[in-house]
Amino acid sequence: MRLLSEHKPYWVTDLADTAIGKVPRVGSLLEAADRLGTLKVRLDIGRNSYSVPAGLYALGQPDEKAHVLVTANYKLTFDTLRQALPGVNCWLLVLNTKGVNVWCAAGKGTFGTEELLYRLKFTRLDQVVSHRALILPQLGAPGISAHEVAKQTGFKVIYGPVRATDVKAFLASGLKATKEMRRVRFDFVDRAAVTPIELVHTFRPQGLILATLFVLNLLGRQPQLWSAAFTNTMLNFLPFLGAFTIGCVLVPLLLPWIPFRSFVLKGLSTGLIWAAYVVMNLPLFGMAPSPVTAVALMLLLPAISAFLALNFTGSTTYTSFSGVKKEVRLGLKPILFSGALGIILMLVGKAIQVMT
Amino acid sequence: MKHLYLKNVSTLSLDEEKCTGCGLCTSVCPHSVFEIRSSKAVILDKDACIECGACAKNCAFSAIRVVSGVGCAFAILNGLLRGSAPTCD
Ligand code: SF4
Ligand code: SF4
Repeated sequence: MRLLSEHKPYWVTDLADTAIGKVPRVGSLLEAADRLGTLKVRLDIGRNSYSVPAGLYALGQPDEKAHVLVTANYKLTFDTLRQALPGVNCWLLVLNTKGVNVWCAAGKGTFGTEELLYRLKFTRLDQVVSHRALILPQLGAPGISAHEVAKQTGFKVIYGPVRATDVKAFLASGLKATKEMRRVRFDFVDRAAVTPIELVHTFRPQGLILATLFVLNLLGRQPQLWSAAFTNTMLNFLPFLGAFTIGCVLVPLLLPWIPFRSFVLKGLSTGLIWAAYVVMNLPLFGMAPSPVTAVALMLLLPAISAFLALNFTGSTTYTSFSGVKKEVRLGLKPILFSGALGIILMLVGKAIQVMT
Repeated sequence: MKHLYLKNVSTLSLDEEKCTGCGLCTSVCPHSVFEIRSSKAVILDKDACIECGACAKNCAFSAIRVVSGVGCAFAILNGLLRGSAPTCD
């Protein structure tokens, strides 16, 4: 791939000479602009268009014997990899995964055999390096058929570690991955890193609930003051905010310590405890104690937590396809039914309150 | 702490006859489901399998079978709503 200097992205330092011409060179040090980009996608800003052009890159000063590392063209992935390789001289073969990370792209097939074969041909890698080995991230394996690649191109696929931070040690050890390097983990920190986005994704339904509560508060017995209605709306919203936080943050963080293997049950049980607390302290949340409201909240709040906990399966690294299908099949209808009944009872409770 | 998900749901199966013990499945599996014992792969913990399909796709001897897909409720719901296969976008 040839890049004209005036089109050179800021993260390309210069051009490396190879047998097939110039190849863009990158370094392992990230710049302020790279870091800002990382921060933005972590906060879900422009996440779907954060990519680098696919093709071959030189990291440092690689020669024809240097290793070839294959990766995705999501810029966060690309940056994480080069940042983990200070002092390493190698080739980076970037596949066009449409700006998606290795694991998700492998699942979709864009980090796949076909794209790898195409990219190998397009970059004429066989003329750039004298050996015939490619190092792929282990998490790309669901998309790649190693024997198929070998058959078609003569390149041997070697699966490297799961995490970019282990790649340097993997290279240093003569391409031996330890058991630890092969295993996907989902530690507290990993889970904490994905929870903010979970909560941000529920801002819309939360806004809808706030608006509904506000309208209900305006329908009070006497014509209410706006400010009083506003304060009461905020208090009324707290039980819901709690249910959302349980499903999006608390269950993910406490995942292995909450009993039950099922995510629906994890969310439901934790949500029930919260709902029970709310129901026993209704005045605290600006609600008049009434059996109808109590039942409504007992139905609605755990349903919200259970649904969001179920949704979190997408962010985990250990839930199986069949397992989640089973949860959806068994759990979805009861959740929706309980939620719908809860909403109806909430409205009935309000109606009773307004009329009496 | 090790995470545990639903038991007895994985569709993973291994044909020992076809297995040559090459060991690639142990390299690609992110949950250490396989181990090589006396030149044959064995399934150590089927319940840890997330059905990513990496082992089956990389077994040159077609010894492994698994119905693969993403373990993501959002994708499955999306598929249900559109009447299509599970999809995350
Ligand atoms: S990849 Fe296939 S042949 Fe190789 S050890 Fe695993 S099951 Fe056996
Ligand atoms: S499908 Fe994935 S998780 Fe299951 S055994 Fe194969 S490689 Fe391991």
